[in-house]
Amino acid sequence: MIKIENLHARVEQKEILKGLNLTVNAGEVHAIMGPNGAGKSTLASVLAGREDFEVTAGSVDFDGEDLLEMDTEERAREGLFLAFQYPVEIPGVSNINFLRTAINEIREHKGEDPISAKDFMAMVREKSALVELDSKLASRSVNEGFSGGEKKRNEIFQMAMLNPKLAILDETDSGLDIDALRIVANGVNKLKSDKNATIVITHYQRLLDYIVPDFVHVLFDGKIVKTGGKELALELEEKGYDWIKEELAAAQ
Amino acid sequence: MTVIAENKVNFTKALAPTQLSVNKSDIEKALLTLENTPLPTTRTEAWKYTRLVKIGKVDFQNTQASITSIEPYKIIDSACTLVFVNGYFSEEFSSNVVPAGVTIETLSEVSSNLSATSIKLENEIFNATNTAHLNGGVKISISAKSVVETPIQILHILNGDNVISNFKTIVNAEKFSKSSIVQGFFTESGEANFSNCTSEINVEDNAFLTIDKVQYESEQSFHISTEEVQQAKNSNFTINTFTLNGGIVRNNLHINVNGENCESHLNGAYLLKNKQHVDNHSIVDHKVPNCESFELYKGVMDDSSTGVFNGKVFVRKDAQKINAFQSNGNVLLSDNATINSKPELEIYADDVKCSHGSTTGQLDEEAVFYLRARGLSEKSARQLMVSAFIGEVLEKVENEQVLEFIHGILKDRFDWNL
Repeated sequence: MIKIENLHARVEQKEILKGLNLTVNAGEVHAIMGPNGAGKSTLASVLAGREDFEVTAGSVDFDGEDLLEMDTEERAREGLFLAFQYPVEIPGVSNINFLRTAINEIREHKGEDPISAKDFMAMVREKSALVELDSKLASRSVNEGFSGGEKKRNEIFQMAMLNPKLAILDETDSGLDIDALRIVANGVNKLKSDKNATIVITHYQRLLDYIVPDFVHVLFDGKIVKTGGKELALELEEKGYDWIKEELAAAQ
Repeated sequence: MTVIAENKVNFTKALAPTQLSVNKSDIEKALLTLENTPLPTTRTEAWKYTRLVKIGKVDFQNTQASITSIEPYKIIDSACTLVFVNGYFSEEFSSNVVPAGVTIETLSEVSSNLSATSIKLENEIFNATNTAHLNGGVKISISAKSVVETPIQILHILNGDNVISNFKTIVNAEKFSKSSIVQGFFTESGEANFSNCTSEINVEDNAFLTIDKVQYESEQSFHISTEEVQQAKNSNFTINTFTLNGGIVRNNLHINVNGENCESHLNGAYLLKNKQHVDNHSIVDHKVPNCESFELYKGVMDDSSTGVFNGKVFVRKDAQKINAFQSNGNVLLSDNATINSKPELEIYADDVKCSHGSTTGQLDEEAVFYLRARGLSEKSARQLMVSAFIGEVLEKVENEQVLEFIHGILKDRFDWNL
């Protein structure tokens, strides 16, 4: 699905990713954990194509295509989805209107006909139920006046509408109470299939009780320094990140 | 006619005196103004941000012309559509089925002299030019208690180089009447042509009047219009102004709220590109208590275009319990675009609720990225956000056909595909 090799990226001359390697196959859930400043959100931004970040070395292969050569919208149309850590409020732009435009531009990209109004509305009803998002919220301005939990549910609602191949959840659990967390995780789990994959970026293990990862990676100082199963997340939760730093120091 | 030949402004020197029944003392006042007043410069406060040099250089002519078709200019389907080309009535293209309760006369049909104008003539050279050289006009009366379902459509088309249309619209919305007027301004062809319009609008007790104005002349055209509105008690007046093209456009809107318990709504949207210049000046004058006014103007400026907003709300002494709201928002799409926004409140009463605000910014790039990350092209993302921004003003338009026409222009001129 995605193969990241030796990825280096910087923002304003500051190197943040320093040779990151990661391979994710279809049907897998990968968790990326790490202390603040390790480069977790930078990785998400670079993959989504945020222009503030400059890739200085490395490659990203996305289903046989060079991801780094694509514009942000092309990546989305090819099936990459980023659930934002801080979803943006866009006053006046209706959630479902923009989603219809997005879906139709994606369909056009694939050479398909636009979705009919009836099918679209049926899809809105079905997918908003998935994350228990009030259909009124679905038709309001994008994230305007939404609570933190509603914003994150709206991200997963959009993910459900767009049905991506690869979803990257950037700290989707931050600021969520346990009920909202469960709803969001449920939504993600229901969308899981053997054809898509999920990268869960998180600081805390808690989310991983609900979205169970196949692999847990530790991102530290711009590189993945340790990979394990879901039990690694529990170990990190218990012991923090210092032991990883010590291990690294010892190895050097 | 020696007076005209000697006047200080050159652009009127080739113009013939008005043949219409303009009030004699108004003509004298106008000629005096033209004789004594130079073209305003940017040192004149009211014209601080609008340079008139380009207008001053043209030798304008009053000439009649025709057009090939009215179809492209029809904003709505109305059986009552009056067409004026260069200010002259075009019987051929008009469909003058006058709705019950309405009287419409072109000013060339009005034989008795008009009563003295409420338009300011002293020091106002464009109003003075309009008066002294008036070449066309229309007088619309809505009789008392008439509820007119059919909007009255007035279409103005400029055709030819250096043509000036000095046009006057007189509207009397009598007591308890309800009506709406749609005005369109277009250029068929020609450079340096000029719509120089004045309107005198009377909204009597308990009358409702809505005016939708669509300004879509060419980038080589000039447009200056002055609306003098009088509102009597319990009346409700709305004017929506959409400026979608025009080289230099200046709208002077002056609302005199003379009676209690009135509502006044002023909405405007301007979308500019290239080197367009649009200047909206408005005054809402609350002279008496217990009234409400709502003003919302929004602009989007691209390329090297410039916008001016100057909105003044007066609340006179003893005009208590006034609610007056004014807001101007602007989005600059280019580093070279400019807006000069000056909201002003002058309040002499002490028990009022008034607010004003002005915002100027660029599109939120984080939001653009967010939309692109969902698969929208950058162009769609920006359009969606601009249309959301302007949408707040478009929402105020009740006539669906007017809205549709505006959307058509947005598609044609701005390549919107929403």
